[in-house]
Amino acid sequence: MSSPTVGLFVTCLIDLFRPSAGFAAIALLEDAGCQVEVPEIQTCCGQPAYNSGDRKDAILVARGLIDAFAPFDYVVVPSGSCAGMIRHHYPGLFAQMPELARQAQALADKTHELVSFLVDVLGVKQVPVAFKGKLAYHDSCSALREMGIHDQPRQLLSSMDGAELVALENPETCCGFGGTFCVKYPEISGRMVDDKARDIEASGADTLVGPDLGCLLNMAGKLRRRGAAVEVRHVAEVLAGKTDKTPPIAADPKRS
Amino acid sequence: MPEIKSPAFQANVNQAMGDAQLQQALAKLKGGFQVNRVTAAGKLPEFETLRDQATGIKEHTLAHLDFYLEAFEEKTRAAGGQVHWACTAADARRIILELCRQGGAGKVIKGKSMITEEIGLNDFLIHNGLEVVETDLGEYIIQLRNEPPSHIIAPAIHVSKEQVADDFREAHEALDPQRPLAEPRQLLDEARHILREHFLSADVGITGANFLVAETGSVVIVTNEGNGDLTQTLSKMHVVVASLEKVVPTLEDSATLLRLLARSATGQELSVYTTYATGPKREQDPDGPGSFHVVLLNGGRTDLLGGPLNDVLRCIRCGACMNSCPVYGAIGGHAYGWVYPGPIGAVLTPALIGMEKSHHLPHASSFCGKCEEVCPVRIPLPKMMRHLREKSYEKGALPRTFLAGMGFWAFLARRPRLYRTAANFLARALAWAAMGRGALKHVPFAAGWTSERDLPAPEGRSFFAQYRKQKKGEKP
Repeated sequence: MSSPTVGLFVTCLIDLFRPSAGFAAIALLEDAGCQVEVPEIQTCCGQPAYNSGDRKDAILVARGLIDAFAPFDYVVVPSGSCAGMIRHHYPGLFAQMPELARQAQALADKTHELVSFLVDVLGVKQVPVAFKGKLAYHDSCSALREMGIHDQPRQLLSSMDGAELVALENPETCCGFGGTFCVKYPEISGRMVDDKARDIEASGADTLVGPDLGCLLNMAGKLRRRGAAVEVRHVAEVLAGKTDKTPPIAADPKRS
Repeated sequence: MPEIKSPAFQANVNQAMGDAQLQQALAKLKGGFQVNRVTAAGKLPEFETLRDQATGIKEHTLAHLDFYLEAFEEKTRAAGGQVHWACTAADARRIILELCRQGGAGKVIKGKSMITEEIGLNDFLIHNGLEVVETDLGEYIIQLRNEPPSHIIAPAIHVSKEQVADDFREAHEALDPQRPLAEPRQLLDEARHILREHFLSADVGITGANFLVAETGSVVIVTNEGNGDLTQTLSKMHVVVASLEKVVPTLEDSATLLRLLARSATGQELSVYTTYATGPKREQDPDGPGSFHVVLLNGGRTDLLGGPLNDVLRCIRCGACMNSCPVYGAIGGHAYGWVYPGPIGAVLTPALIGMEKSHHLPHASSFCGKCEEVCPVRIPLPKMMRHLREKSYEKGALPRTFLAGMGFWAFLARRPRLYRTAANFLARALAWAAMGRGALKHVPFAAGWTSERDLPAPEGRSFFAQYRKQKKGEKP
């Protein structure tokens, strides 16, 4: 493939909380031979409105993304949830508007989650990165169930020199984030993430990675509240070998 | 109708989360049914194909419901039984009471039936002077405790065996108070002994139905205790109470669905007892009821046909969605506040009793999608919950602060340049508020977050603020 053009959809949470994961995604895509651009007129995929029942605002926000990403061969998203929103829910959102529905379908067809794009579309089999330690991978629900992502990240993570992948007991159980769910029903969400944190702590992993920042913020926040020493990072940061500059999510910076 | 406690969902949740005994029971559920289902499905190579077939059978039947229901009625009549149509729960209760009186009932015994829970039958019959005894062990236990079921296939899952022992001592006064009841076996033997007497002395037996077969007029029930068989064969009158969507076209179809039902529910290949009952006892039959009645409840179901919630009528009540649901796993069944808990309840409850009384239920989901993943008839439960959320959004039924926040966010999200500035400001403000630490313990406008976990601090400037700076630096 002669260097495809990729529009990176950074996602609102990475923009706000974890720019490192966005830059790591760019590095991974460029290393794999893509021409990456990050259109500045992107904001959010509209999922907060969509899942709250606010279809009107979801449509208005989604329209912005359709325009922003029209020019690219591919749209790549370092999030299974936002990629799933575009891939599986955009076409239905515009069902009553034929021209926009066509554009939404075209966008849906070329939108991929980052790691599955690297493996399934670009054929990346390994990353030339060394990683010392035990890694656990959390399957975020949308990545797993909407986007069918399971083996791809595990393949790349275990290709890292020195990395040992350990399994969570329930890697496919929801962490309790669920977008606005986690603040609308904090007690239920809190119980779910507490169960998840216990699973992570029991796995013996010293680093937890995942494909979705929302879930990672939730788990990192709970692990920290519980006083657990597990480091949490977006999967892109680890695969790009960019773990030296930025402290893990929710971790205090190391004092030099 | 059973009491509707769904409006108090938040309070129900708090109570459930603080109930150590319930939490222990729920922890066991995760390792039981859920694991067994995966094992059973894994052993059957055609499991996924069966799910497609089952979905097709249900879709087809719902699209031709009138035809199959009339066919069922005709075949039931031909077999010597009678079909009674009940538009509402009140109609069903009235019809059943009349039947019980016709059957000369002093005592009514019951097999497990969620529809009779839905119409609040027991209280109604008891109020009208009948004695009603549940014969499914779980149902018997919760009847003694005067509680509703907390799970559709394991109604007493929230009760410990110690509590059962206490309930038995209190209820079975005639037995030796010093008898040992610590072991499950002892509890089972005692229940069996007590229930046996009820089976032999009852006049009318009421059961539910897992399927109604249009081809033959047969009623299919599955149980693990055989109580359903005794209920229907030993009584003088058998009354089946079922909702309309239980009908399937053929015996073959019922067999396809049976292959999925127990595997999805408990992980068994089949339930221990599967019984097809067609009409009353015939002359050459050694046993069976003298008369056979099927009460068909609509209860609002035909309103769902052809609409956005049509597919919820595919449900075969296996319970797989609640067994796998992390929300059900955290709060149990009673918190949902009506008859059907878990993800199916989060759709069926608003569908049957209205969003006004149950608006929390479809919102209280992380949309993890596990329910849809395990549903044997592939009901898109998250999609339906989202539809119900749209209904409550349209009605403005969400908290005002939430709506205001959402409106403000949507305003910004449609204006990329303003959004950039706001995002960068928020990122820097939160990072500043963290004062060099990796996370914040309390954030006033995010109390729902920080009540349960720390809020990780942003790195500092937003991605786009940094990206823009980098790009500027690249330019010559």
